[in-house]
Amino acid sequence: MKPRAGWMSLATQTRPPSVAPARGESAPPPPAPAASAPGAPPVAEAPDAISVRDFSLFYGAHPALKHIGFDVPAHSVTAIIGPSGCGKSTLLRSFNRMNDLIAGVRTEGEVRVAGLDVRSADVVELRRRVGMVFQRPNPFPKSIFDNVAFGLRLLGIRDRAELEARVEQSLLRAALWNEVRDRLNRSALQLSGGQQQRLCIARCLAVEPEVILMDEPASALDPTATARIEELVLDLKRAYTIVVVTHNMQQAARISDRTAFLLDGELIEIDETPRLFTSPSRKLTEDYITGRFG
Amino acid sequence: MTSSAPAIGRPLARADVRARAGLADPAYRALLTLFAVGVFAVLALIVWECARGAAPSLAAFGWRFLVSADWDPVAEKFGALPYLYGTLVTSAMAMLLAVPPCIGAAVFLAELAPRGFGAVASFLVELLASITSIVFGVWGLFVLAPWLRVVIEPWLIAHLGFLPLFRGFPFGLGFLNAGIVLAIMIAPTIVSISREILLATSRTLREASLALGATRAESLAVTLDAARPGILGAMILALGRALGETMAVTMVIGNTNRISASLLGSGATMASVIANEFTEATSKLHLAALIELALVLFAVTVVLNAAARLLVRWTTGGRRDVAGAA
Repeated sequence: MKPRAGWMSLATQTRPPSVAPARGESAPPPPAPAASAPGAPPVAEAPDAISVRDFSLFYGAHPALKHIGFDVPAHSVTAIIGPSGCGKSTLLRSFNRMNDLIAGVRTEGEVRVAGLDVRSADVVELRRRVGMVFQRPNPFPKSIFDNVAFGLRLLGIRDRAELEARVEQSLLRAALWNEVRDRLNRSALQLSGGQQQRLCIARCLAVEPEVILMDEPASALDPTATARIEELVLDLKRAYTIVVVTHNMQQAARISDRTAFLLDGELIEIDETPRLFTSPSRKLTEDYITGRFG
Repeated sequence: MTSSAPAIGRPLARADVRARAGLADPAYRALLTLFAVGVFAVLALIVWECARGAAPSLAAFGWRFLVSADWDPVAEKFGALPYLYGTLVTSAMAMLLAVPPCIGAAVFLAELAPRGFGAVASFLVELLASITSIVFGVWGLFVLAPWLRVVIEPWLIAHLGFLPLFRGFPFGLGFLNAGIVLAIMIAPTIVSISREILLATSRTLREASLALGATRAESLAVTLDAARPGILGAMILALGRALGETMAVTMVIGNTNRISASLLGSGATMASVIANEFTEATSKLHLAALIELALVLFAVTVVLNAAARLLVRWTTGGRRDVAGAA
């Protein structure tokens, strides 16, 4: 995949002029607009939020992902598990093209996320519709308010009342509002690790993404904070499609509807989570989940 | 394997640990404390010795030393104002000339340059820092000065001569020359430290902002904002070097005790006067006045450093999250 945003082209990137209308708290958003993807076949039922077809990724000559193919239904949580170095983070970062940051990365095949052909989409538009939460909480060294408002300001929203409303809504959805409502102007770095991670989730929710990618979102947190993030994931899936990379199999079992098992860049098995953990169809999966390796 | 077998079966007693920790920890602590106290002791000794050496001048001139422009060793009258002025003007000019391009260069090397090029260029920039100041002085005297005299200064006088800053005659030596030489000398400090700060700050924040749909330019703005305390820290270090630089400045500033409003005029800095006159200072009062100059230079450095640190704290709301923040 060739990065579209080379350093020579700082000014050439475009972004949509305004944010999508805010969703109600309870009503799930409309499914990803397949109509906006030219060439996509007309579909009768809700389309998959993510579909991956024969997708391969190379670091130079080294294949990191080999012929991956699977679908992620909308409003579900999919966990990607596998031993360290199996390519699960690389796969996740393929969904919003964060691998563009690495020199010498090349991809083959097709990935569609939120109705966009990832490999040819405008990367700024793609990343607005696909939020990401990282392993280590990475709030900006700004106030709590400015962290959540960051993405909104990028979209050109300057109206203070609208910013305040959207920030409050995002913090509410991220289950952080009650803890920070009195100190929105304090530095985000004064929050605890778990609060910082929920702030990062709020920051990502503020721009109304359709898909949220989480790269081991709780691995740097203590058990209590982890439990809160897991509750939040279960709550958020009513409105969003979530893909979680985790090396914690109990976590995958607790929060996901479907689980994908990756090994050495290959998708070994993907199935409903209970079935994958109780009666895996492949021997490799069974060996991994029973702790024989990894 | 010649030692006796370990005493297996004997439970390890706490005393075994105590005996070892009992001596080592306090000794280690005392040693490190000594080193740390040494830093303060050296600083205190410098101030004490300067104050002692400057005592006759302090007694003779008092505060007038700072506001008098009269420096006459024959008449035994000493006032530091022209040198205070020269030090501040050359340092300010060096900062003005060096800071914008150096921060630009640091951003390029940290964020935009291909990785191999960034590493090579950074190495070369740091190499610039290891060139001794006499070399910069010689360059300023034999290369920069003729060029300024023949090309730059006549142009400035012709086109910007309506400003007091650019009036006078094209000598080639003076504040302008000293400011340019100083700017080049402090450039490596600003570039290499700012680059390190940007590299340390950028990765996680860049990912965070890009993942929210920021363009590279918007992402860079976030990184720069977060790196601001560290970059200010780099500028403080650079300013410190500019204030105290002696050899190169002495060679190119012209060494006159005038307060010239024009950058084309000649002058002297506190450091250059000390270097020029110390060996020839025969009278007790002359020597004391030179030592008092050193004391003033020290005070200026302390005051500017403190002010810059306050500025950093003020602009960041006291946060301490960026590596290398001053």
